[in-house]
Amino acid sequence: MAPEGQRRLRLRFTKAGKIRFTSHRDVARLWERALRRSRLPVAYSQGFVPHPLVSFGLALPTGCESRGEYLDVRLGPPRPGETPVAALPAVLSPLLPEGIDVEAAALVGEAEGSLQQEVASCDWELEVLGVPGEQLQERVEQVLAAPVLTVRRERKGRPSDDDIRPAILALAVTGSQGHLRAALATHPRGVRPGDLVSALGTDAVAGRACRTHQWIERDGARFEPLPLSGLGTGRDAPQHARKAFPHVRDGVHPDPRGSSPGGDGER
Amino acid sequence: METLWPRIERILPTVSKPARYIGGEQGSQSPEHGPGKVAWLLVYPDTYEIGLPNQGLQILYEILNERPDALAERSYAPWVDMEAAMRSAGVPLFSVEQHLPAAAFDVLAFNLSAELVYTNVLNLIDLASIPLRASDRGGADTLVVAGGHCAFNPEPLADYVDAFVLGDGEEAVGEVNDVLACWLASAAPEARDRAELRRALAHVEGVYVPALYTPEYAGGRLTATRPNDPAAPASVTKRTVSDLASWPYPSRPLVPLTEVVHDRLNVEVFRGCTRGCRFCQAGMITRPVRERPAEQVRQMVRRGLEWSGHDEVALTSLSSADFSGIEETVRDIVDAPEHEGQVSVSLPSLRVDAFTVGTAAEIQKVRRTGLTFAPEGGTWRMRTVINKLIREEDLYGAVDAAFSQGWRRVKLYFLIGLPTERDEDVLGITELGARCVEIGRRHHPSVTVVASVGGFVPKAHTPFQWFGMDTAAELERKVALLRAEAKTVRGLTVRWHDPAASVAEGLASRGDRRMGAVIERVWRAGGVFQEWSERFDLSLWEAALEAEGLSLAELCHRERGQDEVLPWDHISAGLHRDFLWGDWQDALARVAVEDCRWTPCYDCGACTGFGLEHVVASPLPPAGGSQGTGQDLTGADRIPVRLVARGS
Repeated sequence: MAPEGQRRLRLRFTKAGKIRFTSHRDVARLWERALRRSRLPVAYSQGFVPHPLVSFGLALPTGCESRGEYLDVRLGPPRPGETPVAALPAVLSPLLPEGIDVEAAALVGEAEGSLQQEVASCDWELEVLGVPGEQLQERVEQVLAAPVLTVRRERKGRPSDDDIRPAILALAVTGSQGHLRAALATHPRGVRPGDLVSALGTDAVAGRACRTHQWIERDGARFEPLPLSGLGTGRDAPQHARKAFPHVRDGVHPDPRGSSPGGDGER
Repeated sequence: METLWPRIERILPTVSKPARYIGGEQGSQSPEHGPGKVAWLLVYPDTYEIGLPNQGLQILYEILNERPDALAERSYAPWVDMEAAMRSAGVPLFSVEQHLPAAAFDVLAFNLSAELVYTNVLNLIDLASIPLRASDRGGADTLVVAGGHCAFNPEPLADYVDAFVLGDGEEAVGEVNDVLACWLASAAPEARDRAELRRALAHVEGVYVPALYTPEYAGGRLTATRPNDPAAPASVTKRTVSDLASWPYPSRPLVPLTEVVHDRLNVEVFRGCTRGCRFCQAGMITRPVRERPAEQVRQMVRRGLEWSGHDEVALTSLSSADFSGIEETVRDIVDAPEHEGQVSVSLPSLRVDAFTVGTAAEIQKVRRTGLTFAPEGGTWRMRTVINKLIREEDLYGAVDAAFSQGWRRVKLYFLIGLPTERDEDVLGITELGARCVEIGRRHHPSVTVVASVGGFVPKAHTPFQWFGMDTAAELERKVALLRAEAKTVRGLTVRWHDPAASVAEGLASRGDRRMGAVIERVWRAGGVFQEWSERFDLSLWEAALEAEGLSLAELCHRERGQDEVLPWDHISAGLHRDFLWGDWQDALARVAVEDCRWTPCYDCGACTGFGLEHVVASPLPPAGGSQGTGQDLTGADRIPVRLVARGS
């Protein structure tokens, strides 16, 4: 459980353009530097080598873009003059490289699980090269019809044959030439967009890939770890968020009862 | 000019660590190209991870981009997978900022920090689609220039580089830019006269234009390197910036998007070193000492951390503990309220004494992992020869202080293959290491001492330039001695540098102009990234030497006489040849010299030649003296009594 007075800040950001070629670790490092520059009261681990308490969601494969990346940052007690949470997207984005834009920020309850545990599936937009456009629909149907879909991929430096079929929740061609939309489960073992494309045939080559959404599923409902505030404007956004996503606390003001261990009181 | 990005973008998914090729670092610039602006492509001929932090390149990058008549972008050596992909897709060397082809720049400027990258230099010129040899380039071709420490023996690359800039580049780069701007405006590209450009460049102080010099040989040996054009001076002397305070660069250091070596803020606190270590080329060619004012250091640290978001700053120089008022400076940084106790300071080259360890302890409150010292020689006798005057007492005192203040791992750097070295000096390394382990055990049951051993390469413009380096076989024999001995000591690990690579480094750093053809052969045989152990191959070098009728014995392992012409004799680092020879004789006679920053001048030539004096804030040596200066050296070889028992 978090020490007295600590808060949990969740941020949603994009990864687009040239920056897509940086790795998950690279992104973690540049977030650490941006957070230091922001002067937010980020909490540090105790111990021999203290490090900022930041946790990222599911790693985005190097080379893929995203419209929905997340990180949780543990903050210490509120500081006088601290940037209000609602203003954070505008304050943090300029501290981050081109292509990384912070699109939403909110305090979330302590009762929430980690992003890694909670996110059950991701939506993707995939570009497939090498397969003639008219064949793509057929290939997709073959994939969906297959009871087992074994793909050879590298895991921890070793080749491994895995059945990826159970993780393919949905797959369809989109209106745009050579593009697919896919919903892929993250547990027990995630499927990379590249794995899916290679299952479309030996001639299929993965083009650009973009993770469009990450989904948390609970009690039969699914919701994003943090919705985009663009659904409403100004004051409406957090209202909407509170209604649709009960785990998200009011994003406008830091929790006045900062010491409260759970977010339940916000419901 | 069209960007290559759409084509590069297509190959990046297929290569390792693609973030090395995308640019976009904080501090990177996208200058507008156009007439009236000399376009520089600053190239580091090794991987991005190694090259990005290079301070020399970052300094020139800012200075050039601040000028209205210049612009600069950067490039690094693509790793072998990327190079293969580029060649097969027909993509030439490109800048990381705007992904423009290298040949679209007016100048390709290489930073030469290590000699084993020379094959990469040729590879990059070729990858840039620029004619490989300077003599084949015409009026429309990109100019190839080079600078950095290795330029002090420019001859091995003389056939491939149009001009070398010797010494500090801050001022010279502007003067070279002026010459180029004028030449570029002189005529249409094809009509420009390259010979005229060569002569104009030769008039810039500190610029060496190799085509204007002809080496002469007799009996297979170099006998002279003479100018063949009246525009060329008989000898070219390096540039020296007299006041570091006028050059507070880099002011907006590049913050990479991906992992690099030295991923921290670097602030240079002084340039030059007068400790007088006789093996150290950097210490000889960067004299005199020029300190940055402490207030400017503090300001650069404060602004740099604010700018970058780093949590570590390195105060860099050849011996940062010697910076006047280092303790106060460090304390101010560590205690600054805006850093909230989260910023650590590192001093990359620690002096070896207990006092210095005290400072290190104060600043490394946060992360106390390993501490590194460089005694370089295993015995006091050896250390007097190389003039690294660390008394036994100070050495063990430093190690004791380190272990008592919580460090568990101490790393020690040594050289083997030094002049006058005997096996007992070599074994002195393990003996010394064993004593350090013993000291450590008094403070903690499990400690590690790592002795890292490199083969000595005698470099140009040092007192040891006349010395014939050990053969690979001899270095290997010495390494074997050390390994066998280290096996008997628990807690002591010996690591060594590949002796074959040291020999190749000797070739590339000591060679004359004939070495160029050898380097070209190694490159054509696929020998790139030779400083990477997994890619280094001595047999490529041996085969190339043989094909060129040259030998290791003649070029590397032969001791030279006082009168023999050295390949770099027409290049001056400001040091009198007599001084270097005298210091070489002193070394052989084991005569030590003190640091001239705080003691009388030995007339090495560096200060007088540039009309300068050491720029130091404190005229006094560190309290109690250090490393042979202001110390009583009688009994310096005495091992503290409580340690004598070991081994007897």
